[in-house]
Amino acid sequence: MTDWIAFVTRHRVGAVIAVLLVLPWVIPYEALAVNILIFGLYAVGFNLLFGYTGLLSFGHASFLGTGSYVAGMAIVHLALPWWAAIVLGVAGATLMGLLIGLLAIRTRGIYFSMVTLALGQIVYYAFYKAEPWTGGENGLRGVRVEKIHLFGFELDFVDPLTKYYVVLVFVAAALWFVSRVLASPFGAVIEAVRENEKRAAACGYDVARTKLLAFTLSAAVCGLAGTLRALHLSIVPIDSLHYLQSGQAVMMCLLGGMGTFFGPFVGAAVFLLLEDVVTHLTRYWMAVVGAIFMVFVLFFPRGIWGSILQWLNRAGAARGRA
Amino acid sequence: MSADILSVHGVGKRFGAFVALKDISVSFPAGQLTAIIGPNGAGKSTFFNVISGAFPPSEGRVVFEGQDITGRAQHEFARTGIAKSFQITNVFKQLSAHENVRVAAQMRHSRFELLKPRRAMGELKDAADALLQRVGLGGLGDKRASDLAHGQQRALEIAMALAAEPRLLLMDEPTAGMSPEETTVMMDLITQIAEERTVVLVEHKMKLVMGICQHLVVLHHGELLAEGTPDEIRNNAEVKRVYLGH
Repeated sequence: MTDWIAFVTRHRVGAVIAVLLVLPWVIPYEALAVNILIFGLYAVGFNLLFGYTGLLSFGHASFLGTGSYVAGMAIVHLALPWWAAIVLGVAGATLMGLLIGLLAIRTRGIYFSMVTLALGQIVYYAFYKAEPWTGGENGLRGVRVEKIHLFGFELDFVDPLTKYYVVLVFVAAALWFVSRVLASPFGAVIEAVRENEKRAAACGYDVARTKLLAFTLSAAVCGLAGTLRALHLSIVPIDSLHYLQSGQAVMMCLLGGMGTFFGPFVGAAVFLLLEDVVTHLTRYWMAVVGAIFMVFVLFFPRGIWGSILQWLNRAGAARGRA
Repeated sequence: MSADILSVHGVGKRFGAFVALKDISVSFPAGQLTAIIGPNGAGKSTFFNVISGAFPPSEGRVVFEGQDITGRAQHEFARTGIAKSFQITNVFKQLSAHENVRVAAQMRHSRFELLKPRRAMGELKDAADALLQRVGLGGLGDKRASDLAHGQQRALEIAMALAAEPRLLLMDEPTAGMSPEETTVMMDLITQIAEERTVVLVEHKMKLVMGICQHLVVLHHGELLAEGTPDEIRNNAEVKRVYLGH
């Protein structure tokens, strides 16, 4: 059993991609599968900061939203091709991450969370008020991408399954990147900072710079999720920047298991599936999902994937002793 | 007479109206084991924090190997060649003992590399294994730091400090909270380390360090009371009066 876990851990990116390749065939409909991809990536990006660096941001919608809006505006106002929109969207979110990060990392603990929340609200209102560019309350409409040219093929982006696999290419690349970062020397430093800032500084690591880089990388990954969402929805709703959206990242991470590689993806999938199922039953789906969330936080603090890992490890250890 | 590795000049530290340190000028000879001693409230920990870079002095200068390092950030102290162990155990609790030491050793090689796999840095793994062995934690590398016994965590701290290959090792009460047996082992380890590099340690219990150190600095009420060899300190009338109480 432990061999199996070790194998999956070593090839974690491959394992996620293998699961994601078959996902659209087991999910009720493709659009939901695309959402799982996008929000899975959003949660993974958030987890880089929350689970691995130990910083709880309540403003990550800023990066999802900035990614969406910049990509959307590039297509709607500048008539740029879809790939240029993605590049610009990620660049915009990264820059936003750098700016907000510079201000937020001066604070710690609950103050950090509050500062990110406040800055997130500023970003929300900035986009809300910039109606000529962003469409204000109505959101940015007309982010139309119908055909995609990838490696010499023309793909029909309106076809849900094709869209899913195109989005998967980007999500897979981002997951590979995050996995590399976590396995790098820098990945060790962010965990050291999470565990003990004082000791990390005494070891010679610049804690502020480490946090800023982690924050910016996290924003870039969430920004990519945002650009993909704009292409997926053909519209950028103003809700993308809402603090509820920031809270969703926290919920997905905790639900799936913070500080694990697969956890956020599992959390995002469970969250969206729950939402999908429960909205058919009641308008008050948030109450139901909230209750389930609380059960997890109270009784399974490691989240779904974290708990599964623990059980598997225990089972493996027990067998090893026998 | 050996050269000084570290010296402070007119160092003072105020916290609001409270004066914790007052006009201290003292030097630490290279290659020797120096102990900073003094009764409770003498300002030992404040002084330790100033020379180890936790916070800057309110006035005065700290000079390491001829360069003024006053006011430099904590991480710059470590990179300059000064490592420290804390009085209250400060390790990366959720990480394995091995990873604790490995990440400390990594500082000298890589800090902001994003795409290089750290598995490829085998020399760091070996260095961490060797250091764990050295401080008596051989075979415990896979254990989580928080699962180690108190004395083992203190030893882990020392391994982490040594991983930075410092030219000056500062230790704040390395035997605090240890059993007599653990204390003996720790003092042996410190004596060994002091044969290779300059060590300055803060100690509350004077008896403990008298036998092993070559140089002593005595603080009292935030001021320098005396400095010298153990024999000089033992026979110093002032020290006898305030510290030994007779």
